[in-house]
Amino acid sequence: MTATTSSTTGARTAARRPPALGGFCAPVLGIEIRRVLRNRRTLLFILVMPAVFFLLFGLPTRGEKLDNGLPVTGWIMISLAVYAAMVATTSAGAAVATERALGWSRQLRLTPLRPAAYVATKVATAMVLGLLGVLVEFAVGAASGVRLPAHVWVESGLTAWIGALVFAAFGLFVGYLAPAENVMQFMGPALAILAMLGGLFVPLELLPDVMQQIAKFTPVYGVGQLARAPLTGTGVDWAAVANVTAWTAFFGLGAARLFRRDTTRV
Amino acid sequence: MTDSVPAVDLAGLTKTFGAVTAVDGLDLRIAPGEVVAFLGPNGAGKTTTVDMLLGLARPDAGTVRLFGGDPADAVRLGRVAAVMQTGGLLKDLTVAETVRMTAHFYGHTRPVAEVLERAGITGIADRAVGKCSGGQQQRLRFALALLPDPDLMVLDEPTTGMDVEGRRDFWQAIRADARSGRTVLFATHYLDEADAYADRIVLIRQGCVVADGTTAEIKNLAAGRVVRATLPGADQAALAALPGVRSVEVRGDVVLVHSEDSDVVARHLLTRTGARDLEITSRNLEDAFLTLTASA
Repeated sequence: MTATTSSTTGARTAARRPPALGGFCAPVLGIEIRRVLRNRRTLLFILVMPAVFFLLFGLPTRGEKLDNGLPVTGWIMISLAVYAAMVATTSAGAAVATERALGWSRQLRLTPLRPAAYVATKVATAMVLGLLGVLVEFAVGAASGVRLPAHVWVESGLTAWIGALVFAAFGLFVGYLAPAENVMQFMGPALAILAMLGGLFVPLELLPDVMQQIAKFTPVYGVGQLARAPLTGTGVDWAAVANVTAWTAFFGLGAARLFRRDTTRV
Repeated sequence: MTDSVPAVDLAGLTKTFGAVTAVDGLDLRIAPGEVVAFLGPNGAGKTTTVDMLLGLARPDAGTVRLFGGDPADAVRLGRVAAVMQTGGLLKDLTVAETVRMTAHFYGHTRPVAEVLERAGITGIADRAVGKCSGGQQQRLRFALALLPDPDLMVLDEPTTGMDVEGRRDFWQAIRADARSGRTVLFATHYLDEADAYADRIVLIRQGCVVADGTTAEIKNLAAGRVVRATLPGADQAALAALPGVRSVEVRGDVVLVHSEDSDVVARHLLTRTGARDLEITSRNLEDAFLTLTASA
């Protein structure tokens, strides 16, 4: 009996090893995504609302053309795809606020899961949701008769999606700043204001001049401009690139700093 | 096996929060396979000690070694697992999803179905965590702690806030997990839990170990035992002179000797005097607890 016990102890010790990739893996990502998709409120905000906005504000402009002859509905659809993606990635990033408030982060510290793997899972979840947001918005647009050159669909879609990384970082930043269970209740209105200033709901030219100048320094502006560039054909707007780069750096470094403070807090 | 590395080795552990010294130079060594109750009143420093033991808090002074290494390494290899008072759970996951997800955070685990079974929550596997009772959530935390098949299981006041039935079910699950060789350390302020489940009790007060021994030793240490016998004309002075005797009381023909070493008293009474109807009664653990943890 003693021999059996010691040999199983030996086997058990030999089998002990840290998880591959610090615990980052597809099955966990799957559970995370299923978890988000089960939340009706989240689905409403990232999938249903942007689609309804298109039907309400996009469809009435049917038949109107941009200067280059492409439809205004395309402009609105791409803007709302950026909006859908940013809401999706922000809320997925900000989920860390809820998990910290609930004490789940503390529970995780008692497992071998590496903090970096935890954040990577959150970012990956955010990006899957962001992609879903873009695809749903584009599907609603296409079904409603938006017709664009193929390269515009692909380039604008990819830009809206990849640009949403800024907001995954933004969500994480807020998540590590404020451990609140209901963080999205105040993030929702904040995102709407940022989207407005970023020119996603109405063209910035319709705003007062001072507002237009301020708007160019807000975090949604750059992504919106870049995502619509393939449609408007204005080429690469370096001010927009600078805007995206600066905000990504700001939120990314800010989140990293707060994250470090959170994980080394003792 | 005699020279085996201790499962837990705390030396000179100290932690202060502002002006309050929560843990004050605490030393504790636990051998592999021991089941130890960490007993003390609220505010004695139990949770702070457990936090430092698990690497969740950094000591101001002193060292923590688990199996001869750093707590972080023990956590990373799944050698230590804990059921914490405050460890949160995600309300929107089901019980089984929580266990499956956590399993992926380890390099190697027991099968999910097995830990659900051993924690007694197979029947509620598909229930959302937010809809589970406090006791069920605690058994879920226990299931999570079972996943890595840890060599050391730490339980921080695991049954606080549970009703009687919940506590019973929880301890049944712990007992059912009687894998030989697992070291268990549980903090509690329930005396009956320490008495019923631990091999060894470490009593702490104001951040220091004030007593450490088997349940019987702890009871004896604080309160001793009372030897009662019928002995007309007892020689009180002779009894009081026996080693360990604290007090002698005579009530008619009955003598009551309160002693730290009841064996000596009993032997004396039965061999040197005509005492009969001898009874030895132990003070219960509650008396020991109150005596030892009362502020001086």
